[in-house]
Amino acid sequence: MSGFASPSEVAEALTGVQYLPDERISQVVYLAERLDKPVLVEGPAGVGKTELAKALAEIHGRRLIRLQCYEGLDESKALYEWNYRKQLLRLQADEGAEWSTVEDDIFSEDFLLERPLLEALRSPEPVVLLIDEVDRVEIETEALLLEVLADFQVSIPELGTIAASSRPLVVLTSNNTRDLSDALKRRCLFLHIGYPDIEREREILLTRVPDLPQKLAEQIAGVVRHIRDLPLRKAPSVSESIDWARTLLALGIDEVNEGVTTDTLHVLLKYQADIDKAAIELARP
Amino acid sequence: MIATLTSFVSELRQVGIPVSMVEAIDAAAAVEHVGLEDREALRHSLAACLVKNAHHLEAFDGAFDVFFSPLPPPGETLETTEGASVGDGGAGGGEADLDQIVAGLLGALGRSDHDSMRAIARQLVGRLAGIQPGRPVGGRYYLYRILSRLGAERLLERLLAEHPEATGLDRRLLEDEYRSRMEAFESMLQDEIRRRLVADRGREAVARTTRTQLLEDLNLSTASRAEIARMEQVIQPLARKLAARLAHRRRHLRKGRLDIRRTVRQSLSTGGLLADPQFKAPRVSKPDIVLLCDISGSVATFAHFTMQVMYAMASQFSRVRAFAFVDGVDEVTGFFTPGVDFHEAIVRLGREADVVAFDGHSDYGNVLEQFADRYGAAITPRTTLIVTGDGRTNYRPGRAPVLAELAQTARAVYWLNPEPRRFWDTGDSVMGEYAPSCNGVHEVQTLRQLETFVEGLAMAAQTHRTIVKV
Ligand SMILES: Nc1ncnc2c1ncn2[C@@H]1O[C@H](COP(=O)(O)OP(=O)(O)OP(=O)(O)O)[C@@H](O)[C@H]1O
Ligand SMILES: [Mg+2]
Repeated sequence: MSGFASPSEVAEALTGVQYLPDERISQVVYLAERLDKPVLVEGPAGVGKTELAKALAEIHGRRLIRLQCYEGLDESKALYEWNYRKQLLRLQADEGAEWSTVEDDIFSEDFLLERPLLEALRSPEPVVLLIDEVDRVEIETEALLLEVLADFQVSIPELGTIAASSRPLVVLTSNNTRDLSDALKRRCLFLHIGYPDIEREREILLTRVPDLPQKLAEQIAGVVRHIRDLPLRKAPSVSESIDWARTLLALGIDEVNEGVTTDTLHVLLKYQADIDKAAIELARP
Repeated sequence: MIATLTSFVSELRQVGIPVSMVEAIDAAAAVEHVGLEDREALRHSLAACLVKNAHHLEAFDGAFDVFFSPLPPPGETLETTEGASVGDGGAGGGEADLDQIVAGLLGALGRSDHDSMRAIARQLVGRLAGIQPGRPVGGRYYLYRILSRLGAERLLERLLAEHPEATGLDRRLLEDEYRSRMEAFESMLQDEIRRRLVADRGREAVARTTRTQLLEDLNLSTASRAEIARMEQVIQPLARKLAARLAHRRRHLRKGRLDIRRTVRQSLSTGGLLADPQFKAPRVSKPDIVLLCDISGSVATFAHFTMQVMYAMASQFSRVRAFAFVDGVDEVTGFFTPGVDFHEAIVRLGREADVVAFDGHSDYGNVLEQFADRYGAAITPRTTLIVTGDGRTNYRPGRAPVLAELAQTARAVYWLNPEPRRFWDTGDSVMGEYAPSCNGVHEVQTLRQLETFVEGLAMAAQTHRTIVKV
């Protein structure tokens, strides 16, 4: 693996592509590259899990291959599939030919539909493989992922075993809507990303929202921290505090107070019950 | 180093964090790359290798601090490092000194000056903690002692008093900020206390007395509000994992015996080739669940957890109905419609369910009769009835025969009791009268035990066995 010599080099590189890591993030990324292990990134929505994988691809100058997980994702969408339509056409065209030749023919490279996992394994250049929201797949698919991550090879009955031509850097993300299997977790380094502390959130805002005044960024980070402490159904994430900063900037507001916050709460909070709760808190003398 | 790592890993296992061999090896490899000089780098690296559950991180950090805190220089004594001890009463001069230290602390907190804060923490632990060699007391004890002698609860006020101009939201934001600085200071105090305890008693012994319990091992009935809130967060993922495992198992069970007739019929389409064997789906019936939960006083939390777990796993049952009681019983199924926030459902339940018939003290006898009377039809031969409660009748008749009769009809009856088994049948507990009607009576005090029970229950239903062991 093209290596960073230290966690602080990782931090510097990530910062260079506008991703602000904390110490834990750069340490774990550094270690994952040293130990050549996948990283399982877990945390609430909108704290920069997916973005981390993108940033890693960028700092390594690698292609990002993303497998977006969902309920019902199976091998044919994750790994590979035969192009039945094309096979059928070929069969019709070859009518009368010897079955064995036809078989060899239609189960060849030309008829293979590569899905993200296979694509990542066969890429001649090393890539970053992002397996996003892995907690959504069924156990069977989780087992498939485990197999691929275990030996970085897959066997396709008609083609034989395909081993990785280059080791991808693998990032899995999870919102922990379901606990993952112990076997998968054992295979990975674990990185929990929580909400950033107030200083890092301010820096993220300043990086992601051009022209945001320092003072306003500070206030926004403070108010967001305060609101996150309320017993909410869904606390505001980093992406929401960025949205809020953009909104305030667009409205030409240069100072946050109770009134402004109350009027724009819907940008920060997604549930009406949460908005009401926060409004009450803000109205408190 | 390997020795320290080995005993650290075994400490983590003692705490209940599952660390496999592979993970321990990863940790050793990590140390090779990271080294020992930078403690935080080591912490993050070991955590990434050894802890795969965010809720275990706090317990990990506690153990890490003990095992990898720097040792005090040799020859340093436990008691005071600088000056004389202030002691309980304290001499006049000592008090004046303390005032000075507090003034210094306020200044440091106001500037968020971590170096000064750390120096003051060191000083205070020497003077105020009164650590006595060899006493097997956990670090918290000494922390509280220092904080109370320091008058810590007034520090925040004093800090805020310097900003009379801040009102409303501004003031609360300022309060947040000072509170977070105070927390940082507290953890500096803890670092220092720990350092001294370790010097005195050794790492293993200190680790034993300062262990942080894992969420899944906390007692559901005595947990604090903050702990309960955190436990609620883990229930959903935990229940989903169980449900996924069960669904997976069901799909496998379904691939049961070869169905010859269907296979042959299918083969007609391939010209008689038996290409696609068909399997019979075994009859895997999902049970009907009826929950009957005591929601009075101290067992309410336990009832909520049971309901939450069962509803989170509702897909694994053909139906879940819930009934709540104190001295009267009411159906509460309607509060848990899919998509409803569980917390809100519980709040509504508390407000609207009609569970008090008389004086608001649990009356199991009356409740069983009322239940049999009004909702007896809910119990069919497909029903698994789960009763939760401590079986304390306030010395009123327990009417066990009513439960026995329900058990006659039901497929199975389980009783989950949040009290330790040794308290059953003492005082007004009549568990012994109910137990013979139950297929199982279980002591369930923690999430881990609840998980084991629910998993056993659903598995048993899949394999047509009805005995569940916890
Ligand atoms: N450390 C960071 N540095 C810079 N920007 C960040 C950082 N963390 C989050 N962001 C911003 O927050 C946005 C949301 O992050 P991202 O989409 O990665 O969240 P996520 O954790 O994957 O959430 P979800 O669980 O909803 O998928 C990013 O687009 C980015 O703008
Ligand atoms: Mg994402």
